Amino acid sequence: MSVATTANYLNAEKGIKSWLFTLDHKRIGLMYLFAVMTSFFLGGVFALLIRLELLHPGQDFFTADTYNQLFTLHGAVMIFLFIIPAIPAALGNFVLPLMLGAKDVAFPRLNLASFYIYVVGALFALYSIVAGAVDTGWTFYTPYSTTTSTSVISMTMGAFILGFSSIFTGVNFIATIHKMRAPGMTWFKMPLMVWALYATSIIQVLATPVLGITLLLLVIERTVGIGIFDPAMGGDPVLFQHFFWFYSHPAVYIMVLPGMGIISELVATFSKKKIFGYKLIAYSSLGIALISFLVWGHHMFTSGQSEFSSMVFSFLTFFVGIPSGIKMFNWLATMYKGRITFEAPMLYTIAFMFLFAIGGFTGIMLGAISIDIHMHDTYFVVAHFHYTMMGGTVIAFLGGLHYWWPKIWGRMYNEKLAKVAWAFIFVGFNVTFFTQFFLGSQGMPRRYYNYLDQYQPLHMYSTYGSWMLGVGFLIMAYYLIYSIYKGPKAPNNPWGALSMEWQTTSPPIQHNFEDQPVLEHEPYDYDTRMVVNDELIKKEDVKEKEDINV
Amino acid sequence: MEQAEKHPSYLQHHFADMAQQTDAAKLGMWVFLVTEVLLFGGLFGFYTFFRAWYPEMFMEAHKYLDVTMGTTNTFVLITSSLTMALAIRAMQLGKKKQTIAYLAGTLFFAAVFLVIKYFEYSHKFHMGMLPGKFYTFEGIQAANPHIFFSVYFTMTGLHGIHVIIGMIIITWVMIRTMRDEFSPEYYNPIELTGLYWHLVDLIWIFLFPLLYLIG
Amino acid sequence: MEQHNTATPHVLPLSLYFTVAGTLFVLTGITVAVSFVHFGEFNIIVAMLIATIKASLVALYFMHLKYDNKLFMAVFLSSLIFLGLFLTLTMTDTMHRGDIDPIKEHPIKKEAIIYDK
Ligand code: HEM
Ligand SMILES: [Cu+2]
Repeated sequence: MSVATTANYLNAEKGIKSWLFTLDHKRIGLMYLFAVMTSFFLGGVFALLIRLELLHPGQDFFTADTYNQLFTLHGAVMIFLFIIPAIPAALGNFVLPLMLGAKDVAFPRLNLASFYIYVVGALFALYSIVAGAVDTGWTFYTPYSTTTSTSVISMTMGAFILGFSSIFTGVNFIATIHKMRAPGMTWFKMPLMVWALYATSIIQVLATPVLGITLLLLVIERTVGIGIFDPAMGGDPVLFQHFFWFYSHPAVYIMVLPGMGIISELVATFSKKKIFGYKLIAYSSLGIALISFLVWGHHMFTSGQSEFSSMVFSFLTFFVGIPSGIKMFNWLATMYKGRITFEAPMLYTIAFMFLFAIGGFTGIMLGAISIDIHMHDTYFVVAHFHYTMMGGTVIAFLGGLHYWWPKIWGRMYNEKLAKVAWAFIFVGFNVTFFTQFFLGSQGMPRRYYNYLDQYQPLHMYSTYGSWMLGVGFLIMAYYLIYSIYKGPKAPNNPWGALSMEWQTTSPPIQHNFEDQPVLEHEPYDYDTRMVVNDELIKKEDVKEKEDINV
Repeated sequence: MEQAEKHPSYLQHHFADMAQQTDAAKLGMWVFLVTEVLLFGGLFGFYTFFRAWYPEMFMEAHKYLDVTMGTTNTFVLITSSLTMALAIRAMQLGKKKQTIAYLAGTLFFAAVFLVIKYFEYSHKFHMGMLPGKFYTFEGIQAANPHIFFSVYFTMTGLHGIHVIIGMIIITWVMIRTMRDEFSPEYYNPIELTGLYWHLVDLIWIFLFPLLYLIG
Repeated sequence: MEQHNTATPHVLPLSLYFTVAGTLFVLTGITVAVSFVHFGEFNIIVAMLIATIKASLVALYFMHLKYDNKLFMAVFLSSLIFLGLFLTLTMTDTMHRGDIDPIKEHPIKKEAIIYDK
């Protein structure tokens, strides 16, 4: 019975080499998880330092230059090292083959390669810190990025390399989803998380190469001066922004789509109800992926792009609201009259729906040219994208992390502490970032280390909020790490979920399943099935027994 | 017997059968080719936007590219594509020696392509038709001619890098062919190499008229 | 598993490969020849048309798209569609600067500093 005695992927092979050279998607996923969590910690430290400087007006801890480097590092680490790989490469890697009933991803070696490419890219990015940290902001806008003396090249080469890691994950997932599904699992019987990862992979594959060539051109521009982005040489700096956002807007959906996938799983599992509008949610993932390629110009309303272009992009931007709205309403409809239980993953789900709604609505506001002209480069934008990225993706990531934690380690975390940490994070997040909506609409510009006295109270609250967030994350780190060693043994299916990853042991055996699983019911058949003590039973079979009444 | 047939050494453990493995590998390769197209896509954008801004300059500057060499290279690359396709066909029929010969032929034409490219490049270098700020040539009247050469060098340069990478991969599958690793049942790596090589050809098919044959 | 079995090779006749290569040679000749005749705007259209035909031949026959899983074709075409989107939407900007609000300064310095030296 005890975890140590049963053979599973964690104890089947021992020694550091068995990890470093593993081709097992579960172990690669865990190595990714370790890497992205380290990055998250690093990015978090930078964030706390930024907020510390902003506690009071005037120069307190850092010079203006250091401050510029801090927010650039915070942004670049959070984006390229943490949030892009966080859900697909770490959690997705772990759960995708399990959800499909497969032994592994289609290309295990490519999967490992992707991880090491990530590590190399990360080293480049981190090297830039010691080599005169970049101060361009994570967007590397020209002409500043071609003229500043900081280590732009090492950071952009890092991002370039990280792009390949992301592309390889995407290629792998697409082939896996097409070719590795268990017998009986047709496209519309896949868990919605898989649909979300599929849509994400499509974006990774179509958008990331353009970032690659953009950063390459930036490096060449910096070294050889080819003139493409330099107006003095007949080039055009606004072109850089087009190239950059052709990747980076779709990239925000690389971040949030898998988060939405997680939420679709959690909503159904913790409401014990068949997901409402399965096909709509699946298609809306693809719809978001498509539309995400058509709206990038909304980042450039003030850049000097043509008015015509701004109108086209503004118009198209509003369409993103449709598939996102579809998802939101379907989740709400799923919860309606469900038997909702409030374990930590469900708390994160609810937090997601609340916070992402705010992030999404403010995004639509910013898509309107007349508003964006005023709000651009103010804290309103900072608040908006933290509500989507942190309130959306990070919160969903945490939900998924708690949800699959027992599957990953075979141990349960402390539910009480999890709720406490959740409360700290939820409240801390809102205190930190809701204040920034006010700051922004009052005119506080983004990327400044100093400000007028009138902004002091709000900035102060925001910084206090960031401390609450920090405390929340510390508590979480404590109980999660503790649970790996001392947590009570987790059942195979602690949440009573119906998708395939719960049909194997916790933690899974090396090849995931004893025999090739065959799909016998759909992932959300909660109307007809339930799980009692890891045992899947049909509800009609137990109708006679009492207190089964739903 | 049944068992041995079901699990040949080249069938990876996580696949049920060869069909699944081959199809997955090909799909993966095609998806990867998509990323290649979009990687070059950025440069096609570079070309398109600037050509639209400076039509006369492009018209004038392109005359300094050597159409004869460009055309020769087009023929060379198409021939290499043909030999690549034939190499795969030979392995489908189990003709190992032919496969090796065709792969060697492909390598040869790839090398010829690079040699011709080298002569083109060194001529441009010599004339001072370098990209961007190193541009010193004075023969072109229209404004910003260095941009044309920036486009030319980045596009053909990235393409050239792909040719070199292709040659490395072709050498690698050639060695594996010599080592008897392939058969009509299993030649997937050659096939994927072929896909990659044809894409390199495809891109050149567009680069050639865009750069050398402007009006 | 799904779709047809691609493990058994689909061998095409030799003549087909040579016909395709021959056509590619001829088309290359044509496109070079045409480029010496001046049609103005039309030149680029002809050149791109021929290049597209050549590319299709390579993709359909050398790359076996015609015979393989149709999914591969869809995948490949998607790359062209998205490339098209990138170019078109960017050109809503680059081709329309100053349309509504005339630009007073010329946006790009025609005579680059490179010549000032
Ligand atoms: C502990 C929570 C966090 C805090 C307190 C925080 C705080 C900040 C602050 C103060 C800025 C600078 C705003 C400015 O002056 O322009 C910033 C920028 C940014 N943050 Fe965060 N952040 C947090 C988490 C995250 C997360 C989780 C992400 C994404 C995954 C993220 C992504 C970004 C990005 C992309 C920027 C823009 C950087 C730039 O301007 O180049 N942040 N953050
Ligand atoms: Cu955007």
